[in-house]
Amino acid sequence: MARAVKILYFAWVREKTGRAEEVVELPAGVDTVRRLIEWLTARDAGYAAAFAKPEVIRAAIDRRHVTADASLTGAREIAFFPPVTGG
Amino acid sequence: MAIRVQREAFDASSEVKQLASGVGDIGAIVTFTGVMRDTNAGAAVTAMTLEHYPGMTEDALLEVERQALQRWPLRASLIVHRVGTFRPGDAIVLVVTAAAHRQAAFAAAEFLMDYLKTQAPFWKKESGPRGERWVEARATDAAAAARWGLPGDDGGKAGGE
Repeated sequence: MARAVKILYFAWVREKTGRAEEVVELPAGVDTVRRLIEWLTARDAGYAAAFAKPEVIRAAIDRRHVTADASLTGAREIAFFPPVTGG
Repeated sequence: MAIRVQREAFDASSEVKQLASGVGDIGAIVTFTGVMRDTNAGAAVTAMTLEHYPGMTEDALLEVERQALQRWPLRASLIVHRVGTFRPGDAIVLVVTAAAHRQAAFAAAEFLMDYLKTQAPFWKKESGPRGERWVEARATDAAAAARWGLPGDDGGKAGGE
C-alpha cells in the first residue's frame, strides 16, 4: 500500500535534486533506504546526478543516522545528505 | 549542560561566566573556539555558508553531550554552533567544559569537538576567487573520532557500495 513520507535533501544533494523537501508516496517494494535511492535515481537527471555516487550519500530516518539497509517501515521523515562538515 | 544552534555571534567569556555561575567544585574550565580560516587546501577562502538540519542537529549535539557526561565527571558543559554566512576570523563553534580537575575538562572538550564534527548534520560551502565549493569531510576528522572508539562517520554508507 502506498504511504506518504517526507524526504529532505541537504547541501549538494539538495542542489542536484533541485528541492529541499518533498512528500512522496512510497510504492510497494520501496522498503529500504537503498531501494528508495534506486527509485529516486530513476525519476530524472537531477536525482540521478545527486545519487550518482551512493557511497558518499548519508541518510537519516526520523533524524537518526542510518545505513543503506535500514527499513523504511514506520519512517515519517527521511533525509539525504553528504558526509557532515561542521565544527 | 546545554547545546545551542544559532545565527548570532557568541561571546566566549560571558558564556563561560554564565555556565560556571552557581556550580560548585569547578577547578578547571576549558574553552575551545573554532574560527573560520582564510585558506583551505592551499586555496583562498573569502566567505563560507554553514547550513544544518534543524531538529536533527540539536538531537545529535545532545547525544554528543550525553556521551561526554558518561565518560567524564563534568560539572558543566556547553556547545554553541553557529549557522549562516561567515568571513575569515569569525568564531563558528564554542565548546566549554568544566570539571574539578583539568584532565577531564581537556579530554571532554576534545571529545565533544571530535564527535560533533563527524555526527552533527552541518555542511560548509566555501567561496573564494575560484568560485564556490562544498567542503569535503576529512579523513583526519574520522580518525580523530575513531580514537575515542566512536564511528568515524555515521557508521555506514547510505547508498552502499
